[in-house]
Amino acid sequence: MSKADVAAAILWVGVTFYALFGGADFGGGFWDLIAGDAARGERPRALIQRSLTPVWEANHVWLIFILVVLWTAFPPAFSAVFTTLYVPIALAAVGIVLRGSGFAFRKSIEGLAARRAAGATFALSSVLTPFFMGAVVGAVASGNVPAAGNGDAFSSWLEPLPLLTGAMFVATGAYLSAVFLVGDARRAGEQDLERYFVRRALAAAAVAGVAAAFGLVELHAEARYIFDRLVDQGLPLVILSALCGLALLALLLRGGRKPLRPLGAGAVVAVIWGWGVAQFPYLLPTSLRIDQAAAPDPTLVVVFVVFAIAAVLVLPSLGLLYTLSQRDLLEAEH
Amino acid sequence: MFSPDALPVAASASNLLAAREQMAFTLGFHIVLSCLGVALPATILVANYIGLKKGDGDALELARRWSKAMAVTFAVGAVTGTVLSFEFGLLWPHFMDRFGAAFGIAFAIEGIFFFLEAIFLAIYIYGWKRLSGWAHFWSGVPMFVTGIGGAFAVVAANSWMNQPQGFTLDAAGKVVETEPLKILFNNATGYEVPHMLLAAYMVTGFLVASIYAVGMLKGRRDRLHRLGLLIPLTIACIVTPIQLFVGDTAAREVADHQPDKFAGMECIQKTGSHQTEYIGGICTSNGVKAAVPIPDLDSFLVGFSADTKVTGLDDIPVDERPPANTLLHLAFDAMVGIGTALLGLGAWLAFVWWKRRQIPKTPWFLRAVAISGAGAVLALWCGWIVTEVGRQPWIVQGYMRTSEAVTSAKGIWFSFGLVLLLYAAIGTIAVKVLRGMSRRWREGAAEPEGTPYAPPEGAAP
Repeated sequence: MSKADVAAAILWVGVTFYALFGGADFGGGFWDLIAGDAARGERPRALIQRSLTPVWEANHVWLIFILVVLWTAFPPAFSAVFTTLYVPIALAAVGIVLRGSGFAFRKSIEGLAARRAAGATFALSSVLTPFFMGAVVGAVASGNVPAAGNGDAFSSWLEPLPLLTGAMFVATGAYLSAVFLVGDARRAGEQDLERYFVRRALAAAAVAGVAAAFGLVELHAEARYIFDRLVDQGLPLVILSALCGLALLALLLRGGRKPLRPLGAGAVVAVIWGWGVAQFPYLLPTSLRIDQAAAPDPTLVVVFVVFAIAAVLVLPSLGLLYTLSQRDLLEAEH
Repeated sequence: MFSPDALPVAASASNLLAAREQMAFTLGFHIVLSCLGVALPATILVANYIGLKKGDGDALELARRWSKAMAVTFAVGAVTGTVLSFEFGLLWPHFMDRFGAAFGIAFAIEGIFFFLEAIFLAIYIYGWKRLSGWAHFWSGVPMFVTGIGGAFAVVAANSWMNQPQGFTLDAAGKVVETEPLKILFNNATGYEVPHMLLAAYMVTGFLVASIYAVGMLKGRRDRLHRLGLLIPLTIACIVTPIQLFVGDTAAREVADHQPDKFAGMECIQKTGSHQTEYIGGICTSNGVKAAVPIPDLDSFLVGFSADTKVTGLDDIPVDERPPANTLLHLAFDAMVGIGTALLGLGAWLAFVWWKRRQIPKTPWFLRAVAISGAGAVLALWCGWIVTEVGRQPWIVQGYMRTSEAVTSAKGIWFSFGLVLLLYAAIGTIAVKVLRGMSRRWREGAAEPEGTPYAPPEGAAP
């Protein structure tokens, strides 16, 4: 494995964490959006609020991590993606601003109408943001980003595969979020909410599964390089993902308790790494390889050192945050 | 049919202006919040420490309130900071393409600090109720360290743009070799980083104090208000004299290493010794109009002697001269002027405290403190105008022009307009939210319930 490949793996670790935790936070916003009127949606929204409040900003930093590693370790890839897909990227950025500020404001703003507006902003942008991010990823996978950048601003992503990928991102986030919220509801002893999110986890799993099936068809049509490798080198990971997903479905249907979250996460992680394996050795299939885009070695070494420090300092700290949060030692309203 | 490709140069010039305006606006918005992110933790921890050590309920209450306000400012700061990361690619993709391998290094390091900051900030902000007093205090200490580390990394990246080094270019201008330590610790890091860190403490200290000064002017003279004014004001007044020293050093360094920027901000037309220092005025190619001239002072400030030779614009190629010299000059003077006035405010407080162990009684002192926050923010903006506009036409001094870095994407004016509207709304709401919090605290009213949409029970809608 070359240094550039290691840097790409580090980028992928960031993508994995962001998809798991950032994705679940967006999913929380999705469930908030469709939780119904004030009376009906009150308790699920309260649970979502409690779960997200202490952790969403830390989870959001994985996005910064991804951007920074991309532009530092693979500058030409960063520039090619941003000069081609600037429309969905700018829309995702607007979504990020609206999601974060809407969420922060709705807790503390006065007046029911204002809080509803802030809450609706948070919830709606929680759906749009991952959609546009998925569209970006789908456009890259489709090979629509030329290595020199400045690809077509619209046709590059207004295609079935990018749009389908956007929908998959939303569904996957919703699925992860529902799985995590089942655990949170259980811990809070709110059995009806537990059932509420079990039903939603099942529904989201079904939608994500159907979208994934369509995605494979589109992959075959639009991203042949990835498709061919996904059903070859990537196949074990695809099977692993499917097994995790099915095991989780069985567990949810039986009302089983463990290991809910690891299975839910496993299904998503396996797909992400399957995709990574399938896209290897390209950053932009099939025009820019990892080694062609890589920064000089000393810069890559800085990225390794930063990643090592993050593994030693950030991951245990994140663990501490999640542990305190899961033991209810952090209160959203103090 | 009109073809947009027919006018690539005009389109790119228009893009350059739009992109620079958008960058300036979003950075100017974010920088205030990042000052709070850097320095508010220390301010809160001081109050928290006093509260725990002396069993001071008022100090603890202040720490608790400030941390709740910080939850709002940090959230908005986190997302507006993310926008800046996106803008590197959306507005300046060719800069990142060519120099990301060098420029990015500092940001990679910043990532760690931002991560730890977000984590411990959350633990601190939401740990008030369930964590024990000292455990809670210590959970906040990492915020203080990461604030400094994060500011170091980001400002080091900017310093590198001013005094780039530590990289090798091939014939095509591509970075083929990097020396990370030279990039991080470039010639400008040593003064830009402390200058910005101290600025963060000044902005935060004067801003928080000014809020309590306004309250005291409205007759709220209870101990909570006095303490709420004193803690941040003391911190700000301690760092102000250090800041003037650092700023003075920084100006001399700029004169040495970025003579074009210095000539622009001081309106120096001709290279030579015995340069006049102009206070205020309008820069023209025939000299400075409507200014207060002080003979020889500029040379003296640069080299401690009137004989010091200072580079003028006549030695800078026409197409490398910084633009908008009057703006640069006035921004520089305003920053120095405000800093000096704030130094005077600190001296006033120190003198009265030394004599009588109390805050100066006259309402004029409170009025001065009340505007000090806005003054510090203005000085901060002026400083960034000098740094950034003064470096133009370069994005990487001497290596890459800003016009080469800008995107050719369409619709930058549109996105600038959208950003203006969006940030105006967010800024207005954030201020409204913070004022609402403050009013509820004053009235001893309960927080709005945690449930997002439900009407508060028994309350009128």
